[in-house]
Amino acid sequence: MREFFQKYFKMRAHDAKVAVKKMKRSKMCYLFLAPYAILFCMFFVYPVVASIWYSFTYYNILEAPRFLGLQNYISLILEDEIFLTSIKNTLMIALFTGPLGYIMSFLFAWLINELPRWIRSVAVVVFYAPSIAGNCYVIFSVFFRGDAYGYANAFLMSTGLIDKPILWLVNPQYMLPICMAVILWMSLGTGFLSFVAGLQGIDGSQYEAGYMDGVKNRWQELWYITLPNMKPMLMFGAVMSITQAFSVCDVTMALCGYPSTDYAARTIVTHLFDYGFSRFEMGYACAIATILFLMMILCNKAIQSLLRRVGT
Amino acid sequence: MSKKKKKATVEEAVYTKPLIKRRKPNRSIAGDIALYIFLIIVACIMAFPIVYAVSAALKPLDELFKFPPRVFAQHPTLDNFSDLFVTMGKSWVTFSRYLFNTAFITFAGTAGHLIIASMAAFVLAKYQFPGNQGFFKLVTVAMMFTGYVTQIPNYMLLNKLGWIDTYWAIIIPAFASPMGLFLMKQFMEGLPTALIEAAKIDGANEWKVFSGIVMPNVKPAWMTLIIFSVQGLWNNRASTFIYSEEKKTLVFALQQIQAGGIARTGQGAAVLVVVMIVPIAIFIFSESQILETMASSGLKD
Repeated sequence: MREFFQKYFKMRAHDAKVAVKKMKRSKMCYLFLAPYAILFCMFFVYPVVASIWYSFTYYNILEAPRFLGLQNYISLILEDEIFLTSIKNTLMIALFTGPLGYIMSFLFAWLINELPRWIRSVAVVVFYAPSIAGNCYVIFSVFFRGDAYGYANAFLMSTGLIDKPILWLVNPQYMLPICMAVILWMSLGTGFLSFVAGLQGIDGSQYEAGYMDGVKNRWQELWYITLPNMKPMLMFGAVMSITQAFSVCDVTMALCGYPSTDYAARTIVTHLFDYGFSRFEMGYACAIATILFLMMILCNKAIQSLLRRVGT
Repeated sequence: MSKKKKKATVEEAVYTKPLIKRRKPNRSIAGDIALYIFLIIVACIMAFPIVYAVSAALKPLDELFKFPPRVFAQHPTLDNFSDLFVTMGKSWVTFSRYLFNTAFITFAGTAGHLIIASMAAFVLAKYQFPGNQGFFKLVTVAMMFTGYVTQIPNYMLLNKLGWIDTYWAIIIPAFASPMGLFLMKQFMEGLPTALIEAAKIDGANEWKVFSGIVMPNVKPAWMTLIIFSVQGLWNNRASTFIYSEEKKTLVFALQQIQAGGIARTGQGAAVLVVVMIVPIAIFIFSESQILETMASSGLKD
């Protein structure tokens, strides 16, 4: 028995020595990595950990944090009705704009792939521009203005469908659909670029082989050749659209106001702003952030395991 | 290099022409036409709000409130823009100061991000060392949640460092953006390792390999990092981190004008155009390089 342990520790010690030696030999690598790694830990790793820690406390910046246990989470789920509304809104927006925006990104990237080169580059600009156009979405508040000068109202009134203007952005009935439309308009972002680039990189001889094996139309070609080749890009695009779909706040705040009527357009992020930057209940806000964080990570993991099955 | 490329494209052109003809049988003409019509309609819908924003900025005030509203300006003028500059000129912090703030934040943040992220990407892509894979996985996880999650602890951290209400509060966190590292690393993996080994045999150290050989060869990735970083920083209102008027960003100042109510409608429209023109212009000029980089953006298991 003693001999066994001696041998075991000898081997462990040897492994450790090898690792240390390797680390010493790659000292240069660590030096190169260090600036980024330090900043990354400061601004991405530490805040997540700190946010989880603060979520178990009552903290208002002035006093030292006081440990509460699960109290924040309990009151979030059982007592805070507005939070439940915000979860419902966020999920509705995410479930609608996430998958649809993702499919749109792929669909348009795929459709413009066969266009001649210069038309394709114009098309990429046209489709991609809304997502980088700053706060251009504010323009939708002109289209959907509540008085007769708004385009939607003017159009509907001139055709005689309605006789008095609709308060598009104040009436809870219309808020979410309009926000969803605007978010969809902006959803051809980084993922779309990745798809466009990935489609151009697919080896043409694979299609040739496919035709030999009896691929008949463009849909079969899509499922059996294009999609399996695009898998890494699909994964990347999914990460991008999930991240976007859950973090909606700018659009709803700009169009429907903050706070919006009856909290009908409140999302998790605006709720987080409310508690973090208006009421300074940092512990509570961190609990919201932690829930959002978990939702996003879990959703990403689920979608990735789903995407692994594409084309098989 | 360019000669080789030209030769290759000529050969390809000769080679691919028959291929395209042979691909035709898989496409029905009716389907093609239907798809193109569909594409054109969607493209018009996508472009409409932006076209409208530009045309609204060119409308004189009386046309902005016409009933029924029109899409295109009948008598386009640049009055809104000159009004905007007049308003900006009257504020106690000058327009040029706002512009300097945004330009400085954007430039410093982008330059630092490019250098620091490329250095990290270089070793992650080209060297094997303990912790290599683990660190990169951590970075990809960081891409999966938004900045909003980390905003509150971030604020406290910046506060402790004493960076609140300075440019650094925006610049330094921008250095560590995970997206740039990810794209750079994926692109660098495509570089032939032989290139690096040859330089090492010639006696170059790691820094020389990095600055002299790797960086000049990944220029397309530079452009991509630059546009993503500029896009983020140019549009950054920074309203939670910077509150002194003389340090505020251009976008924030412009939005304050926009919020001035109905009398500022024309100027507000001009603001939209000023804000969106920069990222779109940069994208148009660097589109081919960005697409080249994005081709290696895939997320492998």
